[in-house]
Amino acid sequence: MEKIHLQINGRNYHLEVPATELLVDTLRERLGLTGTKKGCEIGECGACTVLIDDKAVNSCLILTAQAEGKKITTIEGVGDYNNLHPVQQAFLNHDAVHCGFCTPGMVLSVIGLLKRNPRPNEKEIREAIAGNLCRCTGYKQIVEAVLDVIGQGEKNI
Amino acid sequence: MKNFKYIPAESLEKASQKKDDSVLMAGGTDLLGMIKDDLLTPETVINLKSLKELKNIRYNAGKGLEIGALATITELAENSDVQKRFPVLVQTCKEIASPQLRNVGTVGGNLCQRPRCWYYRGEFNCLRKGGDTCFAVDGENKFHCVVGGGPCYIVHPSDLAVSLLALDASLEIFSNGKLKTVPIDDFFILPEQNETKENILEPGEIVTKIIVPEIPAGSKCAFIKFKERASWDFAVVSLGILLNTNGSTIKNGRIVFGGVAPRPWIDTALNTKLTGAATDEKNLKSLADSALLEAEPMSKNDYKIILVRNLLKQALIDLSKN
Repeated sequence: MEKIHLQINGRNYHLEVPATELLVDTLRERLGLTGTKKGCEIGECGACTVLIDDKAVNSCLILTAQAEGKKITTIEGVGDYNNLHPVQQAFLNHDAVHCGFCTPGMVLSVIGLLKRNPRPNEKEIREAIAGNLCRCTGYKQIVEAVLDVIGQGEKNI
Repeated sequence: MKNFKYIPAESLEKASQKKDDSVLMAGGTDLLGMIKDDLLTPETVINLKSLKELKNIRYNAGKGLEIGALATITELAENSDVQKRFPVLVQTCKEIASPQLRNVGTVGGNLCQRPRCWYYRGEFNCLRKGGDTCFAVDGENKFHCVVGGGPCYIVHPSDLAVSLLALDASLEIFSNGKLKTVPIDDFFILPEQNETKENILEPGEIVTKIIVPEIPAGSKCAFIKFKERASWDFAVVSLGILLNTNGSTIKNGRIVFGGVAPRPWIDTALNTKLTGAATDEKNLKSLADSALLEAEPMSKNDYKIILVRNLLKQALIDLSKN
């Protein structure tokens, strides 16, 4: 077992996990943070995207032990039902959520982008979500939602 | 995944003294996939990421660029010196995998990643896994090599390898307690030399640094990658090119192909024709059509030759313009 310290959504966790445990499993199975989805498990679909030190990563291809000491943001740390993040609200406004399975990862990829580049153009938005598969929307509404968020100015992203 | 022990590397020295049943991990995006698929069943995984000194990216005017092997693809792409002096590397980084994988995957790992051949990755006891058959020969070989193959027919999956070879980079390797420098051209090998690995690394040897010389004044560079999907994918074919022209003729240049061979490929006959070649469109087209003349395509991949020639045509014409 590995003794690991993680800061997840602003809260400190001291955990003991097997060396083989993947971050996505620690989040979902051990901590009940099931907003992070498990899709392909090989780094292709992006459903398991979380932010580590503000950068989007696939939590299915990272051992929990590799994240030792890091700051992790999952969708639960972004907003909640009564207090949506501006990116989440824009997704709702633009019908950018259909089945919803890709949405947590998609929102985190977008937030990761906006932290580095608060005023991305459409090409940059499409590049930033290239690692997140959505099989419902065709991406159009998602891109429109992000453009809308940018248009509203920097709202505490 | 089968159980393993996890150890952050204490030093290069210690990491290099690993036992045969230990594996070295950089970003882990390829390694963990291999372990998940039971292609590797290590007793111990040694994480090199604790060796912070291997993350630095440094530019020295006149000398060139030094990229620590543990720098991520994103860190390379976002480095201001790289953006200013080596835009072709930024262009290449943006073509690698997805943003999430680029944020974790390292430059050294990109060069040392294992092939994506579906027989190698699948449940086939192929040559590369120590078996006695390359299943691509009589099987589905759409993505396999057209040149340099035999007895195994993989293609090398790295995009950076193609650009770095076009830029004549070298690799610094920690070997038996010492550092040695090897031209990247000598790093990659063909299956005829050893069909179970893609490069010269022996167990315990670690790539520590990538050294990229200054791009010669007046030279232009490009990296072009053809993928089946627009968003992200491994290369079907790719092209790294450095070209120095004086308006009407090519002074010198270097062309490297990816996705066509088990290693980043230099077509020597083609490259020797560059110096002195006229840069009118007709001549550049015939130059491009002379690429990969020695290719021996398999049953389902001869399209790669046409694709490479057309990409090269476009690149030669674009880079010859003032």
